[in-house]
Amino acid sequence: MVEVHLWSGLRALTGGLEVVEVEATDTGEMLRALTRAHPQLQAPIDAGVSVTINGRVIASGLTEPIPGGAEVYLMQRIRGG
Amino acid sequence: MALDDLKTKDFAFVGTRPNRPDGLDKVTGRAKFGADAYAPGMLHGAILRSPHAHARILRIDTSKAEALKDVKAVVTRADFSDKVPFEPGLEGEFWNVLENVMAGDKALYDGHAVAAVAATSALAARDALKLIEVEYEILPHVTDVDKAMLADAPVIREGAADYSVPEGMHPNVVRMHESGHGDVAAGFAEADLVVEDHFTTEATHQGYIEPHACLATLGMDGKGELWCCTQGHWIVQKTCAALLGIETANLRVTASEIGGGFGGKTTVFIEPVALALSRKANKPVKLVMSRSEVFRATGPTASASMDIKIGMKKDGTITAAEGIFRLQGGAFPGGPAEFTAMCAFAPYSLSNVRQVGYDVMTNRPKQAAYRAPGSPMAAFAVESVIDELCNQLGLDPIEVRLKNASREGTKASYGPRFQQIGLVQTLEAAKAHPHLSAPLKPGQGRGISCGFWFNHGGETSVSLALSEDGSAQVMVGTPDIGGSRASMALMAAEVLGIPYDNIRVTIADTATLGYNDVSHGSRVTYASGLATIKAARHAVEKLCERAAKKWGIPVDAVKWENGCAVPSGPNAGDFDPLPLADITANMGQTGGPISGHFEATPEGAGVSFATHIVDAEVDPETGKTRVVRYTVIQDAGKAIHPTYVEGQFQGGAAQGIGWALNEEYIYGEDGRLQNSVFLDYRIPVASDLPMIDTVIVEVPNPGHPFGVRGVGETSICPPLAAIANAVSAAAGVRMRNLPMSPPRILSALKADG
Repeated sequence: MVEVHLWSGLRALTGGLEVVEVEATDTGEMLRALTRAHPQLQAPIDAGVSVTINGRVIASGLTEPIPGGAEVYLMQRIRGG
Repeated sequence: MALDDLKTKDFAFVGTRPNRPDGLDKVTGRAKFGADAYAPGMLHGAILRSPHAHARILRIDTSKAEALKDVKAVVTRADFSDKVPFEPGLEGEFWNVLENVMAGDKALYDGHAVAAVAATSALAARDALKLIEVEYEILPHVTDVDKAMLADAPVIREGAADYSVPEGMHPNVVRMHESGHGDVAAGFAEADLVVEDHFTTEATHQGYIEPHACLATLGMDGKGELWCCTQGHWIVQKTCAALLGIETANLRVTASEIGGGFGGKTTVFIEPVALALSRKANKPVKLVMSRSEVFRATGPTASASMDIKIGMKKDGTITAAEGIFRLQGGAFPGGPAEFTAMCAFAPYSLSNVRQVGYDVMTNRPKQAAYRAPGSPMAAFAVESVIDELCNQLGLDPIEVRLKNASREGTKASYGPRFQQIGLVQTLEAAKAHPHLSAPLKPGQGRGISCGFWFNHGGETSVSLALSEDGSAQVMVGTPDIGGSRASMALMAAEVLGIPYDNIRVTIADTATLGYNDVSHGSRVTYASGLATIKAARHAVEKLCERAAKKWGIPVDAVKWENGCAVPSGPNAGDFDPLPLADITANMGQTGGPISGHFEATPEGAGVSFATHIVDAEVDPETGKTRVVRYTVIQDAGKAIHPTYVEGQFQGGAAQGIGWALNEEYIYGEDGRLQNSVFLDYRIPVASDLPMIDTVIVEVPNPGHPFGVRGVGETSICPPLAAIANAVSAAAGVRMRNLPMSPPRILSALKADG
């Protein structure tokens, strides 16, 4: 199981949860599992999210492996100037 | 995840300062920029722009313009695809871009394009614009971010708000971000002093010297060629194809040399219009913006209105921090509110922190990215409050920042724990720098600030081809906006072991490589650099294979050293080193051409921090401010070409000086931009600037083979705050609104008595 930390603005879409536990071994699976568990998360995920795994920012990759026990955060999509 | 092949020392080429490969072309005028392209039978385009900040377009009559013999095409919104869907927020970004490049039902800001003409000369095109009749119904407008959120503010566009905006907010609030951790109320209760204040920054333009320019050809067969000045030609290709309803692969885009971008050339403004004109006229069309058009109709950065509250103990420990950030990004979603919020407190290790960002629409041009979009304004507000806390508690500003600094393992204000970062090293370098202890003259003040930016990876594809004489060509897909051709050549030289001068790096067109993300997010030296290293290693594998075949030994018994194949150990056999050029000399007869390739979306950009020290003096009679000394200290991970890194540091500081002291979009009551030329919009020139001293800190990024972190954006994060802290110290009054122009300084001095 992966504990996914959400930014607090998403609590309104998860019934107040800021940490959601899902079964996943990579970032793509994790995002799919999140929307299965909380369908309202589809909109922010479609708008663009990044993921951090143990502090490493995954800007957009859906195939990054998530090791057991990793610290995982969902963030709004990283862009630049 | 650290790369297992990380190399951080004993470089032969990396870290040296060879001449720039584009230098001769640029000083002799040989370099071809956007407006330097010509084609046989070429027409010239011109765009008609709304004189109103907000108006319904009731009727456009182009018949008189079309009747002119020199006019070959006139386009309006009807000449673009009607298949681009509208979606709330950023999900409908293609629609937003289409609406921006050519207005639909409404003109949304002063300067919004409403029609365009292609004619046999630029003068004829401009004359024809005067014959296009547009009937407008003028609507109420709003250009100020705080006013745009009030209940009675005119609505720019219903339905533009996305999922994140709570019910009850004004429809002009289109996105919201909230994040943080801990209990800020409890944190403030623990503090010995809490400072709460309000700050504003104005919209500023990226101020690139080269205006947007392009040459477009789109035939009736749906196949097109586009030459343009851009930070990313694949995004131009993709966007133009969508807006014109053609297949992406049928449009080849070539990037010209670029005279500055700074984020402002990461999208399209005129390119789809030129293509639409070309398709209608069946001729090539050249379109070049005037400076006034650049100001009125391309993206400045967002302006901001911010409330900051920070609590501190007498020993300097920050107990809680909270920020509300309102960003206006023009008449479209996209103001970088989430980045302003996420970057605001990132330099500090905080138990209790909360940040909220609002993306707000106004009747202004669609904002575009500008170096670390959103972060500089956040740093201005937050670091001003930290400065004030230090002043009131009698604490040393460097020691307070060191005490609270984010380190490896710190839980970032935006959530996750930091990997290896270099903030503390920049603060220690600042502490040790002679600038910090140099005496100040009367009337001068000193300010410091930290700054943070995420950096980015992005889709990247690089090819490298070896020539028979042993030289190498590297094809990258990221326009060179900051010296990347030199950096790529140095990294390739390091792997191949051949001289820098034997490597030529070119920016390939969209038909030559796979998709490359834009040159943004400080990603080029990181991502294209990583791909160049991997492409060179790919070529080295093939070189080793040829040597193994020649020597009749297994390939794993060959290694690459100093530009030669050599036996990997005494058991591999006794062979003289085989130089690269000896292998390539007959490569056609030993297996064919040798090249290397790499493509990926690297995901390890590594965040970056900087600390700046500024001395400023204020003339109390005139309100004029002068920056008298400036030092930039920043973590570059590894400086591939230190001169370019220093240039990025200095450039960020110089643009920050302009943003802090003089630059601003000024709107009249009529909602029209009043200062759309450089005479009235004052960017700093050389005589305004001191020598900007630089210190490169190198804390390797584990996500790059040589430890590189992007440097192009972080350098503009601390200047607004560092300069404001210096000016506030010199003036004896806290400056809360940028720019700190002479009238504002005088007004603040007067209010302070």
